[in-house]
Amino acid sequence: MSLGVVMLVHTAFDRAEEVARHWRASGCPVVIHVDKSVPRPVYDAFVSALSDLADVSFSRRFRCEWGTWGIVAATQAASEQILQAHPGVRHVYLASGSCLPLRPVKELIDYLAARPRTDFIESATTADVPWTVGGLNAERFTLRFPFSWRRQRWLFDRYVSLQRRVRFRRRIPAGLVPHLGSQWWCLTRQTLTAILQDPSRADIERYFRRVWIPDESYFQTMARQYSTHIESRSLTLSKFDYQGKPHIFYDDHLQLLRRSDCFVARKIWPHAQRLYDAFLTDAESAMSKTEPNPGKIDRIFAKAVDRRVFGRTGLYMQSRFPRDDWDSGVTASPYSVFQGFTELFENFEPWLARATGARVHGHLFAPAGAEFADNQTSINGALSNSAVLRDYNPEFFLTNLLWNTRGERQCFQFGPGDTQSVNWRIAKDPNAQISVISGAWAIPLFRSNASFADLRQKAATLQKTESEHLNVLRSAWTKARVRIWTMAEFIEAPMEPLQTVLDEIGAGETRRLAEAPRMVDLRGFGQFLQNLKNQGMHPHLMGDFPVDDLPAHQPPGRAAPRPYLVR
Amino acid sequence: MIRPDEILLFSTMRNEKIRLPYFLDYYRNMGVTHFLIVDNDSTDGSTEYLAQQPDVSVWQTGKSYRRSRYGVDWLNYLQSRYGHDHWCVVVDPDEFLLYPFCDTRPLRALTDWLDACSIRAFSAMLLDMYPKGRLEDQPYLPGMNPLDIACWFDSGNYTISRNHLYGNLWIQGGPRARMFFPEEPSRAPALNKIPLVRWNRRYAYVHSTHMLLPRGLNLVYDEWGGEKASGVLLHTKFIDTFADKAKEETERRQHYAESYEYRAYAHHLGRDTQIWCKWSEKYINWRQLEILGLMSKGNWA
Repeated sequence: MSLGVVMLVHTAFDRAEEVARHWRASGCPVVIHVDKSVPRPVYDAFVSALSDLADVSFSRRFRCEWGTWGIVAATQAASEQILQAHPGVRHVYLASGSCLPLRPVKELIDYLAARPRTDFIESATTADVPWTVGGLNAERFTLRFPFSWRRQRWLFDRYVSLQRRVRFRRRIPAGLVPHLGSQWWCLTRQTLTAILQDPSRADIERYFRRVWIPDESYFQTMARQYSTHIESRSLTLSKFDYQGKPHIFYDDHLQLLRRSDCFVARKIWPHAQRLYDAFLTDAESAMSKTEPNPGKIDRIFAKAVDRRVFGRTGLYMQSRFPRDDWDSGVTASPYSVFQGFTELFENFEPWLARATGARVHGHLFAPAGAEFADNQTSINGALSNSAVLRDYNPEFFLTNLLWNTRGERQCFQFGPGDTQSVNWRIAKDPNAQISVISGAWAIPLFRSNASFADLRQKAATLQKTESEHLNVLRSAWTKARVRIWTMAEFIEAPMEPLQTVLDEIGAGETRRLAEAPRMVDLRGFGQFLQNLKNQGMHPHLMGDFPVDDLPAHQPPGRAAPRPYLVR
Repeated sequence: MIRPDEILLFSTMRNEKIRLPYFLDYYRNMGVTHFLIVDNDSTDGSTEYLAQQPDVSVWQTGKSYRRSRYGVDWLNYLQSRYGHDHWCVVVDPDEFLLYPFCDTRPLRALTDWLDACSIRAFSAMLLDMYPKGRLEDQPYLPGMNPLDIACWFDSGNYTISRNHLYGNLWIQGGPRARMFFPEEPSRAPALNKIPLVRWNRRYAYVHSTHMLLPRGLNLVYDEWGGEKASGVLLHTKFIDTFADKAKEETERRQHYAESYEYRAYAHHLGRDTQIWCKWSEKYINWRQLEILGLMSKGNWA
């Protein structure tokens, strides 16, 4: 019986009893500490339930409140008791009532017997541990904590800030270097007795009584003083979430726990019947010499914490609703907005779909309703194209669309004729890639058959709208990738900007533009603009167009020449 | 006699006898140990059926559903009387709670975890389920799982805004907005629900289970980018019993906004309407809903 177990119990006594019997069945003496706040009758019933077992004893009871000295005092008393009563014990394992041995106890005994001088206690200096909660790291050791965090939170917080304000600092007893680590350790008799029989134990205790969460620092610090060989890890698998609460294991973790090869896990949900059934059976002493490997469990719990803290970008739902401008990503995945392209090129949308493989929609924010790709009336997620439903909450229309289609690049057309209510949302979205040919809205007017007075009116409105939109895109808050060309600038050399935009969409794989989109016939466009000017409406967003026809090297109506850089 | 750590279920209903066998069993299997039900003047034998159940306490009333603020007052009273310090589920007989890991962990596992995290209220959005084809085509019989018929849902057309007065989120959308309120989406029913609360006699539901007082209970969502744990209430209203119900309730005018909802339904469903569309999603399990972003495991693993 080289291994003794100290169990701290405060709830789920039937489970604690089962586990104590399990330890005992492999010959380990057990000393149990029961929290003093447990009512007397419950305690008595628990004691009598275990009274048939020799070498299971109960230690003096202390009140154990989280974060206070009581837990350490309880551990000290129980450890003293076990060392005294069982001189054969070489290692003392500190466990709780909700700990569950995952491997046969025999394996643990052999493992420890092979390492007779090793102390297994997680112990790191304060500067190196990121996992403390509440921002109290080094301050655990330099401030005083007389108030309960659970019951007197207000006083606790006030007192901490008061001490900070007056720059109060406690003196750390000479020679001690504060260390932190998991509460659950396994120490050798040598180290443990040295700690418990330290000549200045009274002074050290007086200091640690006012340290915050001493059960994570007292033994961890003291072991550094006396141990000859520390393995800074806990043999107990125990994961904590972002609030410092232990993760709980349930029936469905059975396979994970099996594969972890850890000796002991905590904490187990008391009603996890399958786990208790599976692990508290008398396994034939399988002599697996494997080292504990909790990697997979680590990943699962780390992912859970990530989900709680960061969540899934671009998701808006009942339990994730980031404040405006707080979330780093507004939408779920990158997308492209094209303004003026479908006006300038006759077959832009099918061409873009071919060139990029993305899903290319028409004007999603058209006043008559969303123009989904392939003229669908609804799209992934049963998102309707109805203008009323969309305009009821246009921002959600956009975020829903991108969430529903994540994994597939979305492109859509936009223009001054569309609902403008999402302009800011898109501009502030780092996922948005916005390409604008300013002034291209004039092309449909130019090609239409409407009376000139109407056209003039429309042109004035569209120009005003687009100009406001461009101001948004050029603002300091814009996070989208924005490119703006005037129309005149763009048609000078259309392929180069197209190639740039497409390269960015392709993200890595450079697709070559095998064919160019077909530009509309712009003969007479300069004259059209001049007519608008003559009517007193000044179209300026499209840049300078000569009144006579376009330059000779750009024969209108024919496909633009291939770009010079295509290899 | 209600023992200290029992999980209780509160419900108010009228003429739902056909749904009761499956409903009661569903929640019994989940770990609800006592049902407290207000029966509003049923005429189909619901009362008698409920009275026969060993774990059901039933109260009868013939008073107006509307004037009790759609049953909220009745249940608030019962909850303050019997629900204090218990975890209480408040659902309708056509609502089925899903929470993360509900296929492997009982409800007690969730409430214990919520207790450990000092969380008092658990959100579960209402997800409208519907069949493929016309409602009348597949008759529902007592004891049947309504999800065998109504197993389709809309996965991604919900809109959310914040209610600054009560601090809750206001969720709308889904098939009801799409089908019945295409011209007035603002009148579409609210889908946000908080059906699981560690009750205290000082608490009260304000409007159905959509929001609570004190307001802190409504903060079931994270505002800084993270996800809190949440579930889904599968709403199996749309099965063949629905058309009769809509007709009856339109005449009684006892529902919210003068049965506007029911009138819209009656108006639409009279004519051979299909709720199902090409992009409807077929229900598989809670993990599917988690991936779709309708619910979340939060930091429960």
